[in-house]
Parts: sequence; C-alpha cells; structure tokens
Amino acid sequence: MELQMTKGKRISDPSHLRDFYEKFGLPRLIISLFLLGLFMLALIMKMDITLLLSASIDRIGMNGLLVLAMLPTLVTGVGLNFGLPVGFVCGLVGGVISMEYNLTGFTGLFTAMLCALPLAIISGYLYAALLDRVRGQEMMVGTYVGFAVVAGMCIFWLTAPFKNPAMIWAIGGKGLRVTLTLYEHYSKVLNNFLVFDLFGVTIPTGLLLFFAFFCWLASLFFQTRTGLAMIATGANPMYAKSSGINTRKMRYLSIVISNVLAALGAVVYAQSYGFLQLYTAPLYMAFPAVAAALIGGATLKKATVSHIVIGTILFQTLLTIALPVTQTVLQGTDISEIARMIISNGMILYALTRNERG
Amino acid sequence: MPESAVLELKDISKSYFGTTVLKGINLSVKPGEIHAIVGENGAGKSTLMNLIFGMPVIHDTGGFEGDILMDGQIVKITSPRQAMELGIGMVHQEFMLIPGFTVTENIKLNRELTKPNLASNILGSSMETLDYHTMREDSRRALDKLGLAIDENTFVSRLPVGYMQFVEIAREIDKKNARLIVFDEPTAVLAESEADHLITAMKLLAAQGIAILFITHRLDEVMDCSDTISILRDGELVKYLSRNETSVDEIAELMVGRKLERGHLPPRQVDPDDNDLILELENFKVKMPGEQVRSFNLKVRRGEILGLGGLAGQGKVGIANGVMGLYPADGQVIKDGHALKLNDPKAALDAKMAFVSEDRRGVGLLLDESIAVNIVLTSIEAQQRFLRRTFLPGVRLLDQKAVREYAAKIIKDLDIRCTDPNQPVRRLSGGNQQKVCLARAFSLQPEILWVSEPTRGIDIGAKQLVLDLLVHFNREYGMTIIMTSSELNELRTICDRIALVYKGKVAGILKPDASDRDFGLMIAGKQPVKEVG
Repeated sequence: MELQMTKGKRISDPSHLRDFYEKFGLPRLIISLFLLGLFMLALIMKMDITLLLSASIDRIGMNGLLVLAMLPTLVTGVGLNFGLPVGFVCGLVGGVISMEYNLTGFTGLFTAMLCALPLAIISGYLYAALLDRVRGQEMMVGTYVGFAVVAGMCIFWLTAPFKNPAMIWAIGGKGLRVTLTLYEHYSKVLNNFLVFDLFGVTIPTGLLLFFAFFCWLASLFFQTRTGLAMIATGANPMYAKSSGINTRKMRYLSIVISNVLAALGAVVYAQSYGFLQLYTAPLYMAFPAVAAALIGGATLKKATVSHIVIGTILFQTLLTIALPVTQTVLQGTDISEIARMIISNGMILYALTRNERG
Repeated sequence: MPESAVLELKDISKSYFGTTVLKGINLSVKPGEIHAIVGENGAGKSTLMNLIFGMPVIHDTGGFEGDILMDGQIVKITSPRQAMELGIGMVHQEFMLIPGFTVTENIKLNRELTKPNLASNILGSSMETLDYHTMREDSRRALDKLGLAIDENTFVSRLPVGYMQFVEIAREIDKKNARLIVFDEPTAVLAESEADHLITAMKLLAAQGIAILFITHRLDEVMDCSDTISILRDGELVKYLSRNETSVDEIAELMVGRKLERGHLPPRQVDPDDNDLILELENFKVKMPGEQVRSFNLKVRRGEILGLGGLAGQGKVGIANGVMGLYPADGQVIKDGHALKLNDPKAALDAKMAFVSEDRRGVGLLLDESIAVNIVLTSIEAQQRFLRRTFLPGVRLLDQKAVREYAAKIIKDLDIRCTDPNQPVRRLSGGNQQKVCLARAFSLQPEILWVSEPTRGIDIGAKQLVLDLLVHFNREYGMTIIMTSSELNELRTICDRIALVYKGKVAGILKPDASDRDFGLMIAGKQPVKEVG
C-alpha cells in the first residue's frame, strides 16, 4: 500500500526508469519482451493479428475475476487459494439453477450470480474453518479440498432433481449432462454488452467493465479499515494483533471473499465460454489463476490489484498468442496443450520456490 | 603460581563488527578449583565461554586476540570437538539430551562402546554391536561420582527436569580425559533443592581434581561453592577475588558499577503522587515463554517514569506483553479504578495504553510497508482515525491527505531520518526504526506508554535520542511511561523509580540514586538489609 505523493517525477529522469524497472520486475519484463517477439513472429507469418488480439482480450475478461479471487487470501497471508474449485462449483450451481427456470439475458446471468452468492458464503466459511485448523499448509490442503469438492459435486450433478430437458441426459431422464450449452440462455450477455470493433479487434466492453468494476472495488476495499487490517494481518500477524486486530477473523473473511469472487468468476467464465462445464471440468481451474497471479508479480508476502491485472493480461495473452503462433511455426505438431501445462505449472513452481520477491 | 593451571587465558579480546565485547581478559583455573564468573547480561560471559569451547560463532566473526593456554602450552581451539579432545566439557543452560533415549544412551551418545560381530567383519566397524554391558557400567560409575541414585536404564523423558542436568554432567565426566567443565548458568532452571544438589555434585567433582568454571548470577551459590571469583562488567574483568576475602555486597556492587551519569532532567509541573495511581497490578501472571510473570504486584503513579529492571528470563519483559494482551495473562489490572479486560489487545488499546515492543522487527513494524503506514495503522484500527467519509454511509476510506500530513509532521518532530514517508521501514537504521515504533505508539495518544528494551540493538548516539524522546513525551504530554530495560544504567538515567523483577515478582523498588550494591543485590533476588524506596 502506498500513498499517492504530490510531487511528480519527470519521465526522462533516469531514477524514474529504475523505479519502473524495480516495480515491474525482471520476470514480467522478460515475459513482455517474449510476448512482443511473438507478435512480431505472428506478423511475419502473416497471421491474423486482430483475431489473436480479440481472443486475448476475451480471455482476459473471462478469467479476470478468478485471478482476482487470489488476492484476498494472498493479502492476509493465507496464501494462494488453491481451493478455487470450491467457489467455482458454487457458481456452476447458480448457473444451473438459473438455467433450470429458462431465464435468459441479464436476468439469467444475475439470477445465477445471486443464487451462487449465499452458497459461496456458506461454503467459504466452512472452507475457512478447515484452513484455520491447518495453518501453514493452507495451499496444499486447499488443493485437495478443491479436488475433493469437485469429486463430491459429481454425485450432486447426477442426482440433483433438475427437470429442464435441455440439461438432463436424454436417455434415462435423470442427472445433468457434462456440458450444458447456454446459447439460448445467457451466453455472452456480458461480452456483447456495448461491444464494438476497434481496427478489427472486438472489444467486449461489458466483460471488461465488469472485471474493471471488481478491481476498482477491491482497490477501494483495501483502503477501508477492514482492508487495511487484512494487509496488516498478512504483513505481520503480531503487529496486527498488537493493533487490536482479530487476525483470525480477517483470515476467515479473506477466504470467504475469495470464494465469492471465485463463484462470480465461474458465472462470468461460463457466459463468456457459452457452456456450463460440469463434473470434472472445474478440477484444474485453480492452476491457471494461480499462475496468472504469480506472473503478475504477486508473492506470498505481498500482492496488489495491479499485480492481478498485469498477471491476467500477461498470462492470458501468452496462452492465446503463443499457441497458435508456435503451431504455425512448427507446422503440424500439436504442442498447444503441452505448452499450456509447461507454462502454467512451470510458473507456479518458479514462484513457489521463491518465497521472497517474485 | 605454585600449582600449574589447567586453563589460562592471557589478554583475551574479542569484538563483533567493531563492537568490543571482551577487553584484555586474564584468567586461570587450577585443578580442583571452582572458579565463578559473575556479571550482568551482556557483560561478556557467554562470549568468553563460546571462545573457550571453540564455538563457530567466534571464528565466523573474525576470531579473537590473546592466547588460551592449557598446562602452560598455547592451544588453538577452533571447534567444540577439539575442545572436547582437550578435555574441556560444557554443561549447557538448555538441555542437549535426546528424550527417547535412555540415560546410558545419552551419556554415551556418539562415543558408544562396540564389539565386533560377523557383519562388522565384512562391512566395517560401523556395523559393530553396541556393548551395552560396559556402557551401563561406565554410566553407573559416572552417576555414582555425582552421588545420583537414578537408574541408568530409564528414558530421559521420564526423568524430572532437575535430573536432566545431572545426566549432562555425567556425560561430561564420563569422558575419560575430562579436566575442565564449564557450567553455563546451570541452576537457572532448577528448583532450590535441586540447585543445592548440583552444588554438592560440583564440589564432589572438584574434589576429584576436575577444574570447574561456573557461570551464574546467583550470588548465594557463588559464595557457597566457589574458591575464586572473577567479575565481568562491559567486557572487562573488573576484579579477581578470593571467596574468603569478599562478601555478597562487594560482588553485587562490582557487578553493577556505574557508567552513565543521570543528566539534568527537565522539571515537572506536578510531581507524581503516591495517592494518585493510574495503574495497579494485583497478583498478575503472564505465560510468556522464557519470561514468566508470577504473582506480580505493582502500583504506578500518574505521570511518572517507572523502570522495570532485572536479569533476562526473570519476567520483566512479560509484564508489558501480558498487560497489552499479547501473551496469556491472569490476575487483576486496574486502570484508573476500572478493571482491564485481559487477553484482549483491543481492550488494552481502548484503555489508552500503547506499547513499544522489545521485538521491534517481529511485533513492532510492518517491514515492507511505508513509514507512514507503520505509524498510522494502529491508530486507524484501534481508534478509527485517519479515515474519511464517502457517499456511502458506513463506508470510510483511508484519508491519504491526512495521513501524509500527519506522517510528515511526526517524522519532523521525532527527527526520523528517511528519504520520504513512503520509504519502507526495512531500509531504515535500527535507531530510526525504533523512532517509527515510538511514533506509532505516540500516535495513539496514550495515557500510559509501555516501552520494552527501547535501546536494544541501536547505536549509542541513537540511544540517547530515544531516551530524550521518552522524557519529552513524559514531561510535555504527561504520559506515564513504564520502561522495561536490561540496562540498569539506562533506567537510572531517566526513571523516577525502578522496580526490580526477580523470578516473576517484584524484588523491590529503588530510587535511581540508590547504591550500586542495592541494585546488584536486588537483581540477584536478595534484599538489602535496609529497605529503600
């Protein structure tokens, strides 16, 4: 957290450049240069840049909230929320309920979110209670809680009493299908809100505004008394305690907020994707979000909204651009999925081994 | 010297990073002699022992000057292993024993007796069988030497705490070449009767011709068992005494000494009055590891600077931590006639008390946050200051402008040397970090300011500034200050009264101008003949 200073610095000032470099960090500089190189390559290969850019922007908005869900737990020192699927499935349940009643457009979208909200709060509280008992190992335990919840929900999807024929298995008439298409419900309502083309690049205004709105809320939140208490809890629990802060409450709160963001993020993700993916699909949802937060410069010690935004942009652009480009260059070889795994898991590994500064 | 000395130190000096901790120490121990080394915390006792035992910390920091002689020969002790080979043993303050092993196994650890078997003939000596029978006999012999009737086959974990120390001693004397044993405050964790037993054991060992170096601050024990006494103060050997020609009083006086002169303190408008109490502690107990407070009673007068002194581990540090709710506390704390809710930091802050912790980096600061945030965060959380209203009722945000102005002002007032209020406190010097801690506490506008070890780890110039600042707070704003410090002289320069803490209780309250003898006796838990204060 930094105060805005009144005295401005000139851009030409060399110390200004160094400040910028220190803030931005070497990893992000390398990735940015790598991205730039990829764009050049795409130009040389005469690929459709506008298409690549559109896809990137789409994916940034689609994943933004899920990455933002990492922020509260990082700030309070709980660590990266590897239990993201806990919140994610709440979002899916909300989405399914809204679909059951054949709600469409924004009504459908917001009903899904409203239904997901109480579920996310309750499950978030229970999840927080569990993490509180395993202090110091939140990230590992969270990973397995996520896996377990996804597996448990498979039973729910099979047995839940949904009736809408568009959702249930055609044969047998019971249980939800693996992939539900939202085409007739609320597919891309945020994406298409005030959508426009800029030099051929599609800008999904609604989607970006929605992400920006939550980022703005988050940055305001960390200026409130509660938000500052969270920062203190993460930075030095003893300082927090001696300042009269209930550190346990702050940890609980951060996990619940993270869970709610994950649930909302799931609905946004689904509407942008056009499908609700049930069963085992949410299993590995946490990893790209974790990787994005870490690429952005968030560490287990310190994380800010700007880390989240930078991380989402870099990581998602990298994924969307790198794969088609490499595929075009190395013709015929399908390395897309492998590359995706290497980049995201490698990034997580890299960041977790360096506990200090990213 | 008629007899040759087992160990002789000649002109030993040692400094850590430019700070001299030992200056020209000369010392010698004869066989069968018990030589006591006494001194306050930080007098250099531990450094001296580390040096004799060849601890790596000495060599990692540039070695030392002077010579160590054994039997008249200069020896170079570069590792504890070498010290052991030379026949120097050490009994530590904390037990270095393996609980799940038997007494015998602990005594013989890493020096096991073995006999060959089939496997060892093929695979080498590391596969030899342990010769338990002989090992037990050896252990028995060592335990008998100490006059200790415990079974050598019991697990160490089942022994009473007092006996563990004896197992350590048995281990040292079982070493065939044991010639000199260093006891580093061995009685600190023992009960009275156990301590007596230990003293007896030490005498027994000395009678068998083993030289003993005995480090302690319990003056009774010194008088009880030692033959000769060295007194260390600020790294210097101030006096070498023979027990027969000295007294507890003399040792106490030499131990404390007097360094700083009490400067001229500014006058007060109203002097503290015994009838105007701001805080009372009754039967106050704190569970702080290493600093237990047991049944502590204290009355604090409004507007005074009260010192809490005493040796490390006696509980003085626990008091402030207990009152402020950072460690589990029990008993009665009455502030202005109202009982304070214990174990609740918020309640303590609401009672207009603030705390500057002895653990500056661990409790006092958010190292990676800016100076401004460090100063105001507690005020924001505890008193809801530095917040501005927004259009939403109930939602208040950090008032950046107010914080900036306040931080700039207090940085100027307390003379915190920094580039700007946004600088992370990690980059500040120790003295400036301490000023940030003081600024944080001061911002709470407390009526009572608890300060623990305010000058620890900061350089001498900064020390004086910090002390001046405390006097300034006291005189200018009428804050009652309760200052905990291991440095008696520091307390004596600014305090109105000094309570000395011993074994978690008040040993006595002294005026700062009381004699060195009284201070020395009280920190060692003895009452001066005449009651003062």
